[in-house]
Amino acid sequence: MKIKDLSTLEYITPGTGACAGCPSTIGLRIIGKALGENAIGFLTPSCAVASMGLTPQTCYTFPALNICFASAGASAGGAAMALDALYRKGKLQGEKPVVFNWVGDGGTYDIGFQGLSGSAERNDDYIHFCYNNEAYSNTGNQRSGATPQFALTTTSPTGKEIGQKNMPLLMLEHRPPYVATASLAYPMDLYRKVEKAKNITGFRYIEIHMPCCTSWRFPAADTIKMSKLAVRTGAWLLWEGEYGKLTLNGVTASLAEGRRKPAPLENYLKPQGRFSTMFKSPDKDKHLAFIEYNIHRELEFMAGRAKLLK
Amino acid sequence: MSKVFGSGNTACAMAVKDADVDFVAAYPITPQTAVAEKIAAYIAQGIMDANYLPVESEHSAASAIAAASAVGARVFTATASQGLLYMHEILHYAAGGRLPLVMANVNRAVNMPWCLYADHQDAVSQRDTGWIQLFAASNQEIYDSILLAFKVAEEVQIPVMINYDGFLVSHSMMPFETLDENKIKEYLPPYDPSWRLHPQWGGTFGNVTFSEQYVPYRESLTRDVKRAGELIIRCAREFEELTGRWHGGYFDVYRPEDASFFLLSMGSMGKEMELAVDLLRQEGIPAAGLRLRVFCPFPKEELSALLPTGTNLLVFDRNLVYGSAAGVLLQESRAALYDRRDEIRIAGISVGLGGEDLPASLLADKAREMIQEVKK
Ligand SMILES: Cc1ncc(C[n+]2csc(CCOP(=O)(O)OP(=O)(O)O)c2C)c(N)n1
Ligand SMILES: [Mg+2]
Repeated sequence: MKIKDLSTLEYITPGTGACAGCPSTIGLRIIGKALGENAIGFLTPSCAVASMGLTPQTCYTFPALNICFASAGASAGGAAMALDALYRKGKLQGEKPVVFNWVGDGGTYDIGFQGLSGSAERNDDYIHFCYNNEAYSNTGNQRSGATPQFALTTTSPTGKEIGQKNMPLLMLEHRPPYVATASLAYPMDLYRKVEKAKNITGFRYIEIHMPCCTSWRFPAADTIKMSKLAVRTGAWLLWEGEYGKLTLNGVTASLAEGRRKPAPLENYLKPQGRFSTMFKSPDKDKHLAFIEYNIHRELEFMAGRAKLLK
Repeated sequence: MSKVFGSGNTACAMAVKDADVDFVAAYPITPQTAVAEKIAAYIAQGIMDANYLPVESEHSAASAIAAASAVGARVFTATASQGLLYMHEILHYAAGGRLPLVMANVNRAVNMPWCLYADHQDAVSQRDTGWIQLFAASNQEIYDSILLAFKVAEEVQIPVMINYDGFLVSHSMMPFETLDENKIKEYLPPYDPSWRLHPQWGGTFGNVTFSEQYVPYRESLTRDVKRAGELIIRCAREFEELTGRWHGGYFDVYRPEDASFFLLSMGSMGKEMELAVDLLRQEGIPAAGLRLRVFCPFPKEELSALLPTGTNLLVFDRNLVYGSAAGVLLQESRAALYDRRDEIRIAGISVGLGGEDLPASLLADKAREMIQEVKK
């Protein structure tokens, strides 16, 4: 299947309040084409909510409910389970809609973590999409648990002291039916993963890397370019897993197997204003080497994890 | 109809079982735990056709039933104390979203320090969330109020909380009667929501507003909370016609004839107060009991209507407004009767905090003290 063969269904109408170059809107378009019309979505406070239009307007064509920040796991889980009861009791007829969350890294890594962990452990029946722009963008770029080391945010004004957690792996270690990571630069890989997830019952988690031109400070036209560089440098890893079994995908697999050399890290980091302090620092080379070391370490770790289960 | 001898928590769980509830999410906390357990057991035994989400917190319990309500399910949860406090964000959300959730709150003191016993601080702290709040004082009243709560919540699209005192009611064994399925169906028809979060309906809900949109939402909520008061009474009357059971309207009024001292309270204290009224009457003090059943919306006009000119209102709060002498009922009563301040004297105290035992003799003593105060 080619990108031009995808459904003409659009989850977003033109005229959204999102910034030019917004990765969340690109991601929603792709997942919408895979999920189709029989789906309902939950959104936590984030750019995806702030930019959807003021009441009574909306830019989303899928039925959506805005929920509280820490509610994603329980709300989607509760709705899916309630739908099961309504269909079983004959109070609704037809095919049960797919239930999904469209939630930022803040609503996933941080405030929503407990609810998602509980939900994953219970194997609630929905797809959680984490659109990871590595910051609280909506509130003006504060640090999150997904913000990388040395990145400037308004609450890490000298650069974040510590790296991000491996949230998708944490979800995989709950042993749910499906966990995957994806990138906007590889839309057909994302599409395939959503299609696959759609046909699985139980807890499914897909995290999409979302370079945010506003928070990261790079030109709005470069969203996809930055997405691609993140994967090619190894800063963002593509993989999927089922019941704890992990498989590296695409470029990430080639990097892990040494079939491909990582793209130079500076190509990815230098255009991002959020690393400007690091690049000006006398310790710049030391810091870059440390980032590179950590990228390599993480890749090696994930490759090793992939070997654990055949 | 069958007769049961069981605890308040059993009465609560049995009413939920009988109310054709579709979805329950709950998290255990003393003294509510048995409710969460019993409902799980009914579903496991196949005597209740609902799905149960054993969530990892009360914030999640409330989030789960709110979303389940949005897809059109009849939903329930139960909690107490810290659990209710932990739900606070979602309480506002659900009322604003006009989601007809029903919840039992087994009243208990709040941390810190830890205390497990009856106290209304948990519930009164949620007064301004937009929820309707009822207080029940017997196991029969719990059973009947749960059925009423679904009827009221679904008609006005506002969530309802049924409160009853931890241990004093939740763990006390009392006989109560259930209601036959056909009678329940007559009283409480299947939930037919006006909208659903579902592709057949479409739409996005809860988008951002400015004050132009926000204000009308708030105005309609406050108007409908007020309107819900009349609806509660209408539904209680309907229930009485169907079953012969009546627990009172806004108030359960005891010996009002020729009374000049009205003793106002909520929950189990209101039942004990009847004995205190008897003690005072024996001494020739013309006392009456007012057990408030509808805390939100607070029945201002109805309270005033119960009090003839020249009478006195003695308020017993099982909660505290910090920095003031007493609690929320005293504040509400003073506000309600402000226009009649020259006609009705009011005094109030906070008692029974943290489950402090409230025998009728003690309540009568407190009443006598307050009578001295209002006579000054
Ligand atoms: C309980 C609560 N705390 C804080 C906020 C304020 N808030 C709204 S959006 C947001 C950040 C969202 O970050 P993320 O989930 O990463 O989404 P993004 O804005 O990056 O799209 C915060 C902190 C809130 N709405 N609710
Ligand atoms: Mg974010």
